[in-house]
Amino acid sequence: MGVTEHISKAFEADLDATRTRVLQMGGLVEAQILAAIQAYASGDAVLIEQVIANDERVNGYEVAIDGACGQLLVRRQPAATDLRLVMAISKIVTDLERIGDEAEKIARMAKGIHEGGAHHAQRFPAIRHMAQIAVKMLRQALDAFARLDVASAAEVLKEDSAIDDEFRSVLRQLITYMMEDPRTISASLETVWVAKAVERIGDHAKNIAEQVIYIVKGTDVRHTSFADIERELSKE
Amino acid sequence: MATVSVASSVESRPQPSAPLVPKVKASGLSFYYGAFRALKELDLVVHENCVTALIGPSGCGKSTFLRCFNRMHDLYPGNRYEGEIRLYPDDINLLAPGVDPIEVRMRLSMVFQKPNPFPKSIFENVAYGLRVRGERSGRTLEGKVEAALRDAALWSEVKDRLHQLAFNLSGGQQQRLCIARALATDPELMLFDEPTSSLDPIATASIEELIADLKKKVTILIVTHNMQQAARVSDFTAYMYLGQLIEFGRTDELFIKPKNKQTEDYITGRFG
Repeated sequence: MGVTEHISKAFEADLDATRTRVLQMGGLVEAQILAAIQAYASGDAVLIEQVIANDERVNGYEVAIDGACGQLLVRRQPAATDLRLVMAISKIVTDLERIGDEAEKIARMAKGIHEGGAHHAQRFPAIRHMAQIAVKMLRQALDAFARLDVASAAEVLKEDSAIDDEFRSVLRQLITYMMEDPRTISASLETVWVAKAVERIGDHAKNIAEQVIYIVKGTDVRHTSFADIERELSKE
Repeated sequence: MATVSVASSVESRPQPSAPLVPKVKASGLSFYYGAFRALKELDLVVHENCVTALIGPSGCGKSTFLRCFNRMHDLYPGNRYEGEIRLYPDDINLLAPGVDPIEVRMRLSMVFQKPNPFPKSIFENVAYGLRVRGERSGRTLEGKVEAALRDAALWSEVKDRLHQLAFNLSGGQQQRLCIARALATDPELMLFDEPTSSLDPIATASIEELIADLKKKVTILIVTHNMQQAARVSDFTAYMYLGQLIEFGRTDELFIKPKNKQTEDYITGRFG
């Protein structure tokens, strides 16, 4: 990425504004996950409603940013790195919106779990641990996007297998619970869905990181093994 | 990379299925306007039946380069070429002192920025080059004029007024007439120097459509200031700056992922 600015200051400003809005949306989505997980652990009804209500804002960002991308395409006909940036942003906001949906889903399930009177959930720290990994991945993906840092994006891709491992381990633990005490089946199943939502968040963070690599390198690394990606990135 | 291959119909542009065959090849080409060196040791291959676009800022030597091909610079004293431009398949150096520029221009033709029809009828404009070549048969002339006008997508618009003055046509029609005139003599290579810069978007679209059609028959080299046009019409793009060739590559790649920082800056409007 060069340091040279566009001749058109307005174009530069439009791109910057769009980039900034993506990061704002990312910040909101990250807060949504944290709040949803918090609500899942505590059953705080106010927090649950807040997460559900805030999803509207996430959706609003998606529509607004996509609209801005359309404007950039039609007004500026961007090429090369600018084109890749606009295309990637349009995909990134879809992933962010989906993450928002997952957070909302977690909040809704928290509501179900706590209203159902289940109380083993707060004793389930593995979900919190998984969520921490997911949030870290998202944060790093957004950070890589902000700084156009390929190495950082590559680390996110690597992290995705860790979250998949966590998910399998959570699943095993929950199966054990259910076998030991069938009364926990209903709540445990809800917890499986929460774990699945967290795992999906990791997938979306990975998608965002892949888009960062596309912006910087111009290489589409989707559906490519990590070893192949590393090989590709080591080429200069 | 082990990516999943998707049906090629989703690719941005169908790649020519036939193997690439060079039509002209410039090597070590330098050009001097007197003491000023306008082109600096250019190497470029133009592939047969492909459209190659030359882009670059004003004064980078695009038009100078184009005009080397048909030896237009010979018309002015003090101009000098170095290096060579070889025309295939016969492998002759267009710039060799022994090669007659008139002979060269018989095999190449050029379309300019502004439509420049002769002050003659539509028919005579197209027939001109054929007459110069000694074609006398009225029937042959008629046939060839019609074929050229059809190839230039102008026939249906002018067939009932072939003997009217060419200046009565609209700008876009005049430009297509110039293309018909250039086509009439069956050139091997067509040189376009910003052919649509004085035309409206509709006329531009019809010329671009024509270029896409013509490349089945001829090899095309086009200079354009409009990068979207280069992206739309060409198979290969060459970026020039200060008389040098900075980057040459497939258009599909060059506009998404240029290899050179200077190219990147130019096509993204960062050129300063």
